[in-house]
Amino acid sequence: MFGFLRTYVMLAVAGSAAAVGGQAAGYGAPQLVTYVWAGQGLIGVVALWGWTDLADRIRSGDVVTDLLRPVHPVLGYLLPDLGRAAYALLTRFVVPIVVGALAFDMYLPQRAATYPMFAVSVLLAVLVCFAGRYLVNAAGYWLLDTRGVLMGWAVCAGVLGGLYFPIRFLPEWAAAAVYLGTPFPSVLQIPLDVLVERDPPAGQLGLLGVQALWAVLLLAACVLVQRRAERRLVVQGG
Amino acid sequence: MAEPSTAAIYRRLVAAQVRSQASYRASFALDLLSNVVFLGADLLTVLVVFGRVPVLAGFSLTDTLLVFGLSSLGFSLADLAVGNIDRMQRHVRTGLLDAVLIRPLGVLWQLLVLDVGVRRLGRVCSAVVVLVIAVRLAQVPATPANLLLLVVTPVAGAVFFSAVFVATATVAFWWVDSGELSAALTYGGRDFTSYPMTVYGGWFRHVLAFGLGFGFVAYYPALILLDRPDPLGAPSWLGWCGPVLAAVAAVLAGLVWRTGVRHYRSTGS
Repeated sequence: MFGFLRTYVMLAVAGSAAAVGGQAAGYGAPQLVTYVWAGQGLIGVVALWGWTDLADRIRSGDVVTDLLRPVHPVLGYLLPDLGRAAYALLTRFVVPIVVGALAFDMYLPQRAATYPMFAVSVLLAVLVCFAGRYLVNAAGYWLLDTRGVLMGWAVCAGVLGGLYFPIRFLPEWAAAAVYLGTPFPSVLQIPLDVLVERDPPAGQLGLLGVQALWAVLLLAACVLVQRRAERRLVVQGG
Repeated sequence: MAEPSTAAIYRRLVAAQVRSQASYRASFALDLLSNVVFLGADLLTVLVVFGRVPVLAGFSLTDTLLVFGLSSLGFSLADLAVGNIDRMQRHVRTGLLDAVLIRPLGVLWQLLVLDVGVRRLGRVCSAVVVLVIAVRLAQVPATPANLLLLVVTPVAGAVFFSAVFVATATVAFWWVDSGELSAALTYGGRDFTSYPMTVYGGWFRHVLAFGLGFGFVAYYPALILLDRPDPLGAPSWLGWCGPVLAAVAAVLAGLVWRTGVRHYRSTGS
């Protein structure tokens, strides 16, 4: 449903741009179709929203059992999440691609190197998204009520992540600021840009670099936040 | 002591809800704000798209803003009134519905009153602002007919979206896990009505605009306000059909709901 809605809007944009003899921010119409449908599939793979496991366990106090385990809590949540993402890749990712390919004219990557790069990009996107969700949930150590933070994450991830519109539609300076200044494009926009070959191979590698940087930064932040939280954690009751 | 009238009971229930939701001030303010932000995100999308192209499927930015304004005011009014019905699944699963059923008050009204979304006022207010600005930008002439249409359309839209909310939530009676369907029809319908219909392609447009009736929420009324013929060739009086359609939708939703309540069997939880 949302795939169809967004595809038609994007196709109208591409049609309008073609009428004045241009391209919509460097994307052709079939590229935008692939962008939208692969994006719908990726939401499920990176699990953009709706993960409150950690926040719930912090509020109920169950988080203590996580701390007693011989595995670092960040790793203890990351590994199952990777498994979940791999499963989602087989199920949630395939369906929108098939539907999109049946209903519209889709763009297939032309360069062989794009496929492994896309695979790496998706893995990095899962890491960045996991770290982002972990940090948002970990705010619960201090705030207890994380609803506001979760909502902020949902809005930012949707708008700045490239779900509502490709970030490249923004003026160049604004797009650059969003790519380098926030982790959100690394979650959705960058894998999709890599997939539809929006940039030459060197540009694709550069995008992977940005993603890798954010993955390292955010995972380090998770470990740091977790350590600070454990020091001040008071579990009530029991 | 006289028994309080049914209306008085509902009034008290709503008042209690408002008090309880407003009592955590910071959280309430944040909720209000976040509803404004979500509308802002949709608006930003429209603006960014028009930053790339001057015309979208034959319509300018000001035209599209008028469609967007009509659609979002109708939707946000419905969301304020009955939006919390999307918790039906939880009510069925947790057994709250069973508690509600044994009380001598209307089931649907109780469920709506038990969780009035005051926080969604933020969204209604910002939708009004967007619509007023859009009307000014599009230079809609202030004729009595236009003013009437500007009042009738959001109200009809609100009734129509409310019917969609209730009807899709009812599915939870038969099929406990019904969230996806309900979201696709309510939020998908909202997104569909936010743009001029010329954006969409053949069968998809026909199914949503005429099959499900979403074309009458904003697009056809906007054509009358903009005083332009439909590029797709529909007659202009269609813009006045919104209330009729809303009434039909409300009756259908009511029937679906009553059938649902009659067939309800508790999950036993």
